[in-house]
Amino acid sequence: MPERIIVPFGPQHPVLPEPIHLDLVLEDETVVEAIPSIGYIHRGLERLIEKREFTEYVYVAERICGICSFMHALCYSQGIEEIMKIEVPDRARYLRTIWSETSRLHSHLLWLGLFADGMGFENLFMRSWRLRESVLDVLEDTSGGRVIQGTCKVGGVRRDIGAEKLAEMHRALDPFEEQCRDLGDVFLNDETVKYRLQGLGVVGKDDAYALGAVGPTVRASGVAIDHRETGYAAYGDLGFKPVVETAGDCYARCAVRVKEVYASIDLIRRAIDQIPEGPLDVKVRGTPDGEYFSRVEQPRGEVIHYLRGNGTKHLTRARIRTPTLANIPILVKMLPNAQLADVPVVVLSIDPCISCTER
Amino acid sequence: MAFLKRSPWILHYDASSCNGCDIEVLACLTPLYDVERFGIINTGNPKHADILMITGGINELNRAVVKNLYEQMPEPKVVVAIGICAATGGIFRECYNIAGGVDKVIPVDVYVPGCAARPEMIIDGVVKALGILEEKRAKMTGSAQAKEETRHAAEAGEST
Repeated sequence: MPERIIVPFGPQHPVLPEPIHLDLVLEDETVVEAIPSIGYIHRGLERLIEKREFTEYVYVAERICGICSFMHALCYSQGIEEIMKIEVPDRARYLRTIWSETSRLHSHLLWLGLFADGMGFENLFMRSWRLRESVLDVLEDTSGGRVIQGTCKVGGVRRDIGAEKLAEMHRALDPFEEQCRDLGDVFLNDETVKYRLQGLGVVGKDDAYALGAVGPTVRASGVAIDHRETGYAAYGDLGFKPVVETAGDCYARCAVRVKEVYASIDLIRRAIDQIPEGPLDVKVRGTPDGEYFSRVEQPRGEVIHYLRGNGTKHLTRARIRTPTLANIPILVKMLPNAQLADVPVVVLSIDPCISCTER
Repeated sequence: MAFLKRSPWILHYDASSCNGCDIEVLACLTPLYDVERFGIINTGNPKHADILMITGGINELNRAVVKNLYEQMPEPKVVVAIGICAATGGIFRECYNIAGGVDKVIPVDVYVPGCAARPEMIIDGVVKALGILEEKRAKMTGSAQAKEETRHAAEAGEST
């Protein structure tokens, strides 16, 4: 029997923009066990809820993660609105959907780039990120910020997107989709990519479900769970079907995300077509009294904000369960039997967002 | 690009940021901003790096990591703190696990403000850091030369 050695992976590692630490137990080049340890970027922002007013905490919620910032703000706002029984105007619901899906596009293109970098396909990395810049331009144009938008607030949205801008976005979607399909074609059909990804880090349907994985990671194993199906914001009006793959390997996880890029473009197109006129927000009166589990589908999966208020300006408890935290058990399951050289690819395949995870 | 005499390599570390500044650092290196065309490369190895770009504030667990990375980098080196969190702790400064800005642990040469810092500002910060890097290098070679001269003088004194 070969000797067992332990190789530390992270916290500072070239392939990860963020710090996570794994102790990899190896037999020769094969991983036997992976032991994760987190906490390098724990800030403790759940407790900040005691120091900020409930309307101000949206800013903190946005900064839980710089990639899915809009969706954290959305999840928090929806939770407060549910507790306070606030009805959000229709136009605000649609604008929230448009910004959510634009954020998803930017997040997925970012991930596709990092993933390509992880498997050593530098050219594809640069291509993905170039495409991503055009999404960021739209975000900056409509909200003023590239990565932190600050447009969502309790009771609605802070800004409108004018009819002219919406039409311009609609026109830009066609050439953009074409470019995305060119890019997706490389990820899905290139022989070297297939050779690198297929059969790597396989997790079956039952395991994925039992381990509580979320988002593209669980959908790649054939479980059709997507929280957008419940129809929050304007998803109920737009009609939505989750993207599902069945193989459960790194290739399937990549394919789910590529196809979700197409789905997001489609959703934005339909939202722009159907968006109604009307007010952007309602006035928030009173203070939250009660508790609620608010859930939103982020690019990485379902995020849960548990919020509890006692009728004062400050909430008494916030608990945020982010998608990457839910995906770490499945990651630990994926790594055994992988080669050491494949570890970065497998780790990236769950789209780890450590800032989210550690809050 | 007369100011750029060498190809400085960058080490990027996320201390405890929200990711916003980190992806903007990466955006600097990819098409549109593309600083790689000037030979500025993101390296994963602290022993190859000239500039430490660090985002986010200091917490209990990463204090040692940040210090270790800084100490592993060869002289001369500069530290660029990116984003308001790296400068003071920013929006998280009241969190129980945040000790403050990066300068609590290591000396910082350039502060780039913003939440999140924009790529243009980050590039600006790096250009500023390059100036400081040159100064430090000149000082080092200067002091090395001075040392050499005193040694020569002492040797000359001994032989006579």
